Amino acid sequence: MEDRTTLNRQLAQMLKGGVIMDVTTPEQARIAENAGACAVMALERIPADIRAAGGVSRMSDPKMIRGIQEAVTIPVMAKCRIGHFAEAQILEAIEIDYIDESEVLSPADDIYHIDKRKFKVPFVCGAKDLGEALRRISEGATMIRTKGEPGTGDIIQAVRHMRLMQSEIRRLVSLNDDELYEAAKQLRVPFDLVQYVHENGKLPVVNFAAGGVATPADAALMMQLGAEGVFVGSGIFKSGNPEKRAQAIVKAVTNYNNPAVLASLSEDLGEAMVGINESEIQLLMAERGK
Amino acid sequence: MKIAILALQGAFAEHEQMLKSLGVETTLIREHWEDASGLIVPGGESTSMMRIMRDEGLFEPIRQAILEGLPVLGTCAGLIMLDRNHLGVMDIKARRNAYGRQLGSFNTEADFKGIGRVPMTFIRAPYIEEAGPEVEILARVDGKAVAARQGNMLVTAFHPELTDDTRIHELFLSIVANQND
Repeated sequence: MEDRTTLNRQLAQMLKGGVIMDVTTPEQARIAENAGACAVMALERIPADIRAAGGVSRMSDPKMIRGIQEAVTIPVMAKCRIGHFAEAQILEAIEIDYIDESEVLSPADDIYHIDKRKFKVPFVCGAKDLGEALRRISEGATMIRTKGEPGTGDIIQAVRHMRLMQSEIRRLVSLNDDELYEAAKQLRVPFDLVQYVHENGKLPVVNFAAGGVATPADAALMMQLGAEGVFVGSGIFKSGNPEKRAQAIVKAVTNYNNPAVLASLSEDLGEAMVGINESEIQLLMAERGK
Repeated sequence: MKIAILALQGAFAEHEQMLKSLGVETTLIREHWEDASGLIVPGGESTSMMRIMRDEGLFEPIRQAILEGLPVLGTCAGLIMLDRNHLGVMDIKARRNAYGRQLGSFNTEADFKGIGRVPMTFIRAPYIEEAGPEVEILARVDGKAVAARQGNMLVTAFHPELTDDTRIHELFLSIVANQND
């Protein structure tokens, strides 16, 4: 494997057990860093506001992203539209630490994702199931996350994606060697990736939960379902007490197996983000890019 | 011999795997670690780990244990955490993100005192900017100190747990073994 791909996968390994928070200002970025976030996602509008505003949603202003890069020492990520390799080139030019080729923004291409192997900078991509995850990895993604419905505060989709991915991984592990070729065909992914999952019982890259995480309990749920870390978008800065909630979610990811600690973390957090149920929304962002 | 690995955030599973391949028993800290004869502080984000370490009430116990002679290996963020400005146990000053952002991450090979050529993986890595008289520099890359030892404390700016080379971990285990003699 290429040096760069390995280094980029390894950066994701360093983020494990951590929380990556959406921030829109340098001030929010500092709150996130002080709360113990292992990285921040710089964007102009958090997903809940993108959803509310409607219209076409694009890469953030590079100047705004730079402001956040200057405010913190932890890695800074930013989103580009699915298939929009020019936006990705711009993010690479400002030396972003990780690009999220994200369904939260309006897709720029309804057939092709970005050829991520052409870039030196790493990419994280969303996936609803194992096939999607392995296709993104084959395109060069070095980190995967669930595609839980952004900006809803509803965890159901992230849970569905993580459970499906884990059960598909267990199924691949159980297959005989001679059945892997057919599995690769059905999943529409390269054989060597199927073989890797069969032998190792996990993806070849780090797998985080994303979308709909609003409470410490949500974060703990995703970690117990097999996530290696958590993205929190609107859940923090759309809540009553962002600072306290951010700290609580960081601690919940560290102590995800300790209900007594989780109980005390969940106390007095103020109002959670309002949230929208899956059945109440018009636009399913998870259906963007497959 | 049992080695404790600080497991608050970051790449602790990789150290665990490396030690298991060397046949060493491990325990992850937040669990019971009082009987451990060595400690590993892994890579990850040092600001996250410091924050969690304080919140979990681990800062003082870990600091005391190291000052009392518990052998410790710090890699990358672990190096930063042992320095003057963090746990304050080792007489070094780390420069954070010394190689810039992720585009500055790199692999190389360099001499490591007493071991020879060692593969080194640097991920948004620090280097050692200043070191006191009791600190022995063990490796340099482009003139910058990237590995050092001070008594029971061994640090690397790179990630020995991410390569197949087990010699840095073996060096650490020999420090642990000598301490227990």
